[in-house]
Amino acid sequence: MDASATASNTPRILEREPLVLNNRSYSWITNRICGIVENKQPTLWWILMVPSVLLTGLMVFCFAYLISTGVGVWGQKQPVAWAWDITNFVFWIGIGHAGTLISAILFLTRQKWRTSVNRAAEAMTIFAVMCAGLFPAFHVGRVWMVWFLAPIPNANAIWQNFKSPLLWDVFAVSTYFSVSAVFWFLGLVPDLATLRDRCRPGLKKFLYGLFALGWRGGNRHWSHYETAYMLLAALSTPLVLSVHSVVSFDFATSVVPGWHTTIFPPYFVAGAIFGGFAMVLTLMLPVRRIYGLDDLITPKHVDNMAKIILLTGTIVGYAYCMELFVAYYSGNPYEAAAFTLRGLTGPSTWAYYWMFGCNVFAPQLFWSRWCRHNVWIVMIVCMFVNAGMWFERYVIIATTLERHMIPGSWRVYEATWVDKYTFLGTFGFFMMLFLLFLRFLPVIAIGEVKGVLPQSNPHHDDHAEPGIQEEDLMDYADRHVPKPAAA
Amino acid sequence: MSTTLKRVHGYLAEFDSVKDLYHAAEQVRDAGYSRWDVHSPFPIHGMDDAMGNPRSRLPYLVFCGGITGTTVAFVLETITQTNFWSHIGLGFLQKIVETYPTVVQAKPTDIWTLPAFFPVMFELTILFSAFTTLFGLLALIGLPRWNHPLFASRNFPKFSDDGFFVCIEARDPKFSQEGTKSLLEKAGGKNIELVEDEI
Repeated sequence: MDASATASNTPRILEREPLVLNNRSYSWITNRICGIVENKQPTLWWILMVPSVLLTGLMVFCFAYLISTGVGVWGQKQPVAWAWDITNFVFWIGIGHAGTLISAILFLTRQKWRTSVNRAAEAMTIFAVMCAGLFPAFHVGRVWMVWFLAPIPNANAIWQNFKSPLLWDVFAVSTYFSVSAVFWFLGLVPDLATLRDRCRPGLKKFLYGLFALGWRGGNRHWSHYETAYMLLAALSTPLVLSVHSVVSFDFATSVVPGWHTTIFPPYFVAGAIFGGFAMVLTLMLPVRRIYGLDDLITPKHVDNMAKIILLTGTIVGYAYCMELFVAYYSGNPYEAAAFTLRGLTGPSTWAYYWMFGCNVFAPQLFWSRWCRHNVWIVMIVCMFVNAGMWFERYVIIATTLERHMIPGSWRVYEATWVDKYTFLGTFGFFMMLFLLFLRFLPVIAIGEVKGVLPQSNPHHDDHAEPGIQEEDLMDYADRHVPKPAAA
Repeated sequence: MSTTLKRVHGYLAEFDSVKDLYHAAEQVRDAGYSRWDVHSPFPIHGMDDAMGNPRSRLPYLVFCGGITGTTVAFVLETITQTNFWSHIGLGFLQKIVETYPTVVQAKPTDIWTLPAFFPVMFELTILFSAFTTLFGLLALIGLPRWNHPLFASRNFPKFSDDGFFVCIEARDPKFSQEGTKSLLEKAGGKNIELVEDEI
């Protein structure tokens, strides 16, 4: 049939950009993604890996120094008992949220473009939560007593205070880590089978085969697998929203002016997704260029993620303004003072302006399509967002405590070298884990990307224009229903 | 002379595209086979209907797992932090863990402190559900397993790249050397091979 005839019947609005460019075949996708694991890594991988390992060593040294000397090596002094450590914790845990958003929420809303970025984003989630978990564990002071947080019968006959937001946090973060790891592993199984089937017999084949669990792609398996995937997505969606809500309860349930606000849970969740997407782009833009994945992670993907950053950044901006408004409108002098000190007269107003500029103004560039399609601008904005989200947590945590209720106890917080190098070290740890992930596991979900190609739809109409799947033209109720057999 | 005893596992046929595989599956289904499967690099939408598969029972398992998680959290929290179990005549449960409720921020130690327990109940519901999903899935699909007769086929590993296969097993009551092969041929199958399992 003439393509132009079909085109005229198709409402213009339904035309979509293809998710994979240049009509790539299944085996091209397999080869390109598995090639990253099978071939020698580019020099840049080593250039990044060496400092990452060194920084990880620095982190280990800082923690060892902390344990051997005492928590006094951090800059916390009354009244600033929570400072860089909790800031870093919230920063890292927030970064993880984009991974779960991509893997779960975008799955439930049938955003097929997620398939190219979900694997890396989920890996990022897990590594970020690992970095996050370190800080509260060491913050408790005697890290060897951290098992007291777990509900294990003990000789003291005293159990955890389940009414405390800090213990909610323990449960939320550990559940988040476990569920993210399960979700990630489940998604990896078919791709590990692909790697297994391409290896020559040996240790590699044994290990990939071990973790591929003997996967053989039978539809009777896929059927249960897809149900399991959907269930995990449905479980992760409320989970991801709860985790940062619970993190915000650490602050919101206290009676500290500037913390005691009901806007915190949605504000924290939006901020987490905002910061997380910035980190996804920070990682994926170089990966896409270095490993030649431009056909799989297309400008459309970058564009979509930039739009999410714009949306969530604007929500965060709204939350900042609403905090200021409520500080004024509530008539509470302590609340008003907290925000006046934060933004105008306090010692750390610079952090407040960094926060506002990076998080609210920088993403506004993404209103322009040209900016969303210029990878350099996207990258620079993402860097601002990464920095801005750290400043946001610093502003909330440290600058609030610097000016607590009693002026006599006011003290300006100063970070020590241990604070700074520990935080720097976690970046090395995060990068090291991510680079190892690139080296040993498929960075893009091979099976899922193949599944969104137009030729993967059994009802794919040869006459239709490329990029439009028949399903896209159907009502929701008609999807996935086989056609009546042609008589 | 070495002799290895072999057992026929089934016929394996390759198809060129998702579309061919889909229509082949419909034909095998209509021919009344029950012990067979299609193998593909990714899940194919609508294939369950083409094969006549029932819906997965996994959600029921996960529901039970989730309820277990909620219950575990509720019992853990109320036993250790409230006097609820004494009030309903089960105070001995609290004696087992020999506990003192932690009284801070004037939060009550009776059942009315329940809202403060919701976050942990929620998290454990999700945690138990997620692990039930993983292990329930593995139980339903019979994985992990070390080997499978299909891996003896030289052609089969293509399933994880771009191969689409139909395998009809010999233990199917309708299986016959000629009939099954001709059905697969008629459906457009290529590289039809008899997969054998060493025993």
